[in-house]
Amino acid sequence: MPEKTYREAIHDAMVEEMRRDETVFLMGEDIGSYGGAFGVSAGMLAEFGPERVRETPISELGIVGAAAGAAMVGMKPIAEMMFMDFILLALEPLMNQAAKARYMFGGKATVPMVVRMAGGSGTGAAAQHSQSLESILMAIPGIKVVAPSTPYDAKGLLISAIRDPNPVCFVEHKVLYKVKGEVPEGEYSIPLGVAEIKHPGTQLTVVSSGIMVSKSLAVATKLEAEGISVEVLDLRTLRPMDNEAIIKSVKKTGRLLVVHEAPQTGGWAGEVLAVVAGSEAFDYLDAPMRRLAGKDVPIPYNRFLEAAAVPQEADIEAEIRAILSNKY
Amino acid sequence: MVMWKKEEFDNYQTTDVLETANRLGLEKEKLIEMYRTMMKIRFFEEMADKQYALGKVHGTMHLSAGQEAVAVGSGFAIKKSDYLLNHHRGHGHFIASGADVNKMMAEFLGKDTGYCRGRGGSMHIADVTANNLGANGIVGGGLQLAVGVGIAIQMRKTDQLVLTIFGDGAANEGIFHESLNMAGIWDLPILYLCENNQYGMSANVNRVSAKTPFKARAEAYGIPGYYIDGNDVLAVYEFMKNASEHIRAGKGPVFVEAQTYRYFGHSKSDRNLYRTKEEIEYWKTVEDPIERFEGLLLQAGLLKVEEIKAMQDEINKEIEAAVTFAENSPEPDVKDLTEWVYA
Ligand SMILES: Cc1ncc(C[n+]2csc(CCOP(=O)(O)OP(=O)(O)O)c2C)c(N)n1
Ligand SMILES: [Mg+2]
Repeated sequence: MPEKTYREAIHDAMVEEMRRDETVFLMGEDIGSYGGAFGVSAGMLAEFGPERVRETPISELGIVGAAAGAAMVGMKPIAEMMFMDFILLALEPLMNQAAKARYMFGGKATVPMVVRMAGGSGTGAAAQHSQSLESILMAIPGIKVVAPSTPYDAKGLLISAIRDPNPVCFVEHKVLYKVKGEVPEGEYSIPLGVAEIKHPGTQLTVVSSGIMVSKSLAVATKLEAEGISVEVLDLRTLRPMDNEAIIKSVKKTGRLLVVHEAPQTGGWAGEVLAVVAGSEAFDYLDAPMRRLAGKDVPIPYNRFLEAAAVPQEADIEAEIRAILSNKY
Repeated sequence: MVMWKKEEFDNYQTTDVLETANRLGLEKEKLIEMYRTMMKIRFFEEMADKQYALGKVHGTMHLSAGQEAVAVGSGFAIKKSDYLLNHHRGHGHFIASGADVNKMMAEFLGKDTGYCRGRGGSMHIADVTANNLGANGIVGGGLQLAVGVGIAIQMRKTDQLVLTIFGDGAANEGIFHESLNMAGIWDLPILYLCENNQYGMSANVNRVSAKTPFKARAEAYGIPGYYIDGNDVLAVYEFMKNASEHIRAGKGPVFVEAQTYRYFGHSKSDRNLYRTKEEIEYWKTVEDPIERFEGLLLQAGLLKVEEIKAMQDEINKEIEAAVTFAENSPEPDVKDLTEWVYA
């Protein structure tokens, strides 16, 4: 199978959907000749022209609001937030308008839009360009939140997100853009709301998403050599969350660690723990359930502080060992 | 090639520095200090760029080379007691307002001795105790804070103003309009400085702005607006000085749009695909703000060629010392990661 980067996979998903469906179009800042701040839309202006690769002023509220309006009348806009942090300028149209229109209007409206955004730390971009805001986005009924961890998933999930009749926040981790992985030629999609076991195991389940999946996988592989069997479950879609897959895995392993980059307080790990605590999987637990999340701190600039602010492989490994040996 | 709308400028181009200085009450020493500060900004940024190339700067930075006249003309026109709300391309403004280049360089290198103790980096340099309320990573971020700072000044009845600096790109954020309208209805002591370098990242100002120059937008909110040559340091000084007097007299906000140009790419990932080499060359050779001012000073006999070299050597030493200071400074202690999240 051909290898593609995460960036190329996202690019391909947009291009293929735009070729297939003329109601799909892209809006955002510097998405034309610049190719997007992270190069995701490189070459798209040349193929689709300025109407469908619509470069906007620096007006995030305007971009997301316009996407919602266009979606309500049958278009399928993809709005790009250069950095996830900037969605905070556009929460009004996202949360008060797009998220609620269908319900408020008695099921008569649909808002099929995607907001793509580059999140996460690791590039020295500091507090206002490094946030992981997925927990906040997940807290609003009516919005779906997707956070792919591999090029394969990124493409398949973005295609589903574009076709989905709801507003979908598509969270891309900026450190993953350069990561390569197998992506088949030809059309495929991955349904939203379905988790995937990225590494099967029997002694402990790690639930994670996005970049934390690759970190968890590295740890699982390392521990496997020692005979420690860790299952890595990649949620892929954070909302709706695949509760069934979580429960099933925990019933099998009896131990749970949830890992995410977003800050711990109010973070979605709490949601996963609550799902397990309230399910039949609770009876299968052999150890307390734990979470490992970003520290409750704005992301610092200094590289050592920045690394210390979010879970690293060593932290994940230590946490897994602690749970397995009942030492917390 | 994007050109400024020279015919629409509100200022006359400075041609006789003595006459202008006389009118503005600027002594020779002040003029030389302005020239020297512009050069210091240029050298500082060239060094910052070099540090980046050497891999010593984590993250990105936004260099302002080419825009020094706006920084110096405005920085010299306001008082130390005034508040400054800077934006992401703010190195020049900080240096013009007297910032310590050691602490700036240390911040770039993420050191504990930097302005933000390594937490902020280039995009967030601040010195709150010196009324410098920080650079901002959010385009237009300072515009919303300016209203509150203006209200505070007004309520405390001090002689201060707040200078808020932003780019042409920021003028298209919704907050721009909310800020100007509130300043307009409450006559707030806000000096709006729009640093129009003709691009917001790759977006040409005229492609993304329905009408330029932006001063028309200010006028729509009842705020006097001026559109000036931002590469003419004395023109910037004059308009900013007059604006600050207007504001201090309690007559409400003023809007100044200074036309200029940035030489480097937007940030470190910019390949300059949206503008031509010829365009950049034109600005560097014909309109360079430092050379323009230097030419005027030489012509007026206020500066001698030999003095320039000596000045450059002196500034270079200062900048090299800043690098040494930054390199020899300690990293922040990881134990202190969560310090200062709350007061
Ligand atoms: C709210 C927000 N949107 C987008 C960005 C990304 N960004 C940073 S600077 C910039 C261009 C700003 O242009 P302008 O205001 O003209 O300032 P300049 O960079 O030209 O000095 C953009 C799009 C941001 N930092 N914040
Ligand atoms: Mg600009």
